Amino acid sequence: MEWTRYIDPLLQGCWVTIELTVYSTILGTLLAFGAGMGKLSHNPLIKALSVTYIEVFRGTSLLVQLFWLYFALPLLGELIGLDLRFHPVTVGVLALGLNIGAYGAEVVRGAVQSVPRTQYEAAKALNFTRTQTLWRIALPQALPEMMPPFGNLAVQNLKDTALVSLISLGDLAFRAEQLRNLTQDSTTIYTMVLFMYFGMALVLAALMGLLERHVGRWRHRRR
Amino acid sequence: MNEPIIRCEGVVKRFGELTVLDHLDFTVDPGEKVTIIGPSGSGKSTVLRVLMTLERINEGVVYVDGEPLWHEQGAKGLEPASEAHLRKMRQKMGMVFQHFNLFPHMTVLRNLTEAPRYVLGLSPREARQRAEELLELVGLSDKAEAFPSQLSGGQQQRVAIARALAMRPKIMLFDEPTSALDPELVGEVLRVIRSLAEEHELTMLLVTHEMDFARRISDRVCFFDQGRILEQGPPEEIFSSPKEQRTREFLHAVLHPEE
Ligand SMILES: Nc1ncnc2c1ncn2[C@@H]1O[C@H](COP(=O)(O)OP(=O)(O)O)[C@@H](O)[C@H]1O
Ligand SMILES: [Mg+2]
Repeated sequence: MEWTRYIDPLLQGCWVTIELTVYSTILGTLLAFGAGMGKLSHNPLIKALSVTYIEVFRGTSLLVQLFWLYFALPLLGELIGLDLRFHPVTVGVLALGLNIGAYGAEVVRGAVQSVPRTQYEAAKALNFTRTQTLWRIALPQALPEMMPPFGNLAVQNLKDTALVSLISLGDLAFRAEQLRNLTQDSTTIYTMVLFMYFGMALVLAALMGLLERHVGRWRHRRR
Repeated sequence: MNEPIIRCEGVVKRFGELTVLDHLDFTVDPGEKVTIIGPSGSGKSTVLRVLMTLERINEGVVYVDGEPLWHEQGAKGLEPASEAHLRKMRQKMGMVFQHFNLFPHMTVLRNLTEAPRYVLGLSPREARQRAEELLELVGLSDKAEAFPSQLSGGQQQRVAIARALAMRPKIMLFDEPTSALDPELVGEVLRVIRSLAEEHELTMLLVTHEMDFARRISDRVCFFDQGRILEQGPPEEIFSSPKEQRTREFLHAVLHPEE
């Protein structure tokens, strides 16, 4: 068994997987805050946009979103005279980010809504606007509450990156498939891949744990 | 004489079937220190919350500083107030809550500078300077970098008072500011409130069960019962020779709880 020969190509795949995870998690986080807060907005347009985005992306599968962005969008672009062909990495990040952002938005909304009413009243008594109250008072307090579900979403996102191998992106799952076709050594390769995903998930979970401690540090201080 | 700074005319506030303020008439002069006493559920908090625009009214008109609070002068008389009008009116008032309601994720200093900076538009330096002066006033200069969870209840309430003052309100509303405190912490908060009561300009409305304190600092005591003022007058009068049976009963129950 020459499992050491697989290490290099698989690590290359890991790197792509990590890139996809990091970029799409960042995009997803931005979208989650935007749409989650947007859903709480009193501006009907912002609210409608946020709700629509959340429902569409939670209501369809990631695979369909991925194929739609990769295969359907360019054709649609042709029709209206725009070049909407993107690099597979871009499409992968976009699909993963949009998908995770929609789920994250519900986490943000729920956590912000769980901030006690008395905090909103204190903010009103100090004459903060509603938007200021949401972003400056409610959201930061809600952050620690969001972290555990965000951690789960990030790990989910890492696992979902395997789907992008279907649009021929050289991520870990794609490399594994390539090697397997080449060598037929399924057991070794997939065992290695299993451990690699697991290792990455452990690291990601640990990072999220650190972040959780950081955003919640005002909670743990005691007299 | 001066125009009253607060004037409630026939104010009605209902929660569903329950009428909490029942055609309340109530005026406060500029600079006056008014204490509101009365049984639980008589509408004391609701009056303050209406003034702070935390609670809408169902009927009547409230004037603050010469302008209707919950209304605006429209083409056809008074119309419901816009958010812009409410924000302008809110600027005149500050409120101290029973449970402090500090922002737990901010240091003491930021609790004091956040609204002056982002609501009043003060520069960071100005806001900080104002906050430091106020922390000195409430005796907590050494706690600027602490988080609320690191403070005792008495300290938190003093920060809350400073936070409200940082907005330079004309009117300060205190809703049972010492009721949530351990007995040994009540004094430090009352001392701060008393020092404010010595300010001639500041109008103060205080809901409290601290009768001795009310007697010492107020110009007037109002006894609330069932959403109205049943009796009011100078503290000596209300505490020594109340006219109404209900007032006598209430004071007796508060002053001699064991009987
Ligand atoms: N948001 C609310 N919804 C329903 N009932 C309320 C609400 N706020 C207050 N009440 C009721 O209104 C009455 C007066 O309340 P409040 O002004 O807090 O009384 P006090 O401060 O004098 O004890 C009470 O019976 C209380 O239960
Ligand atoms: Mg009350």
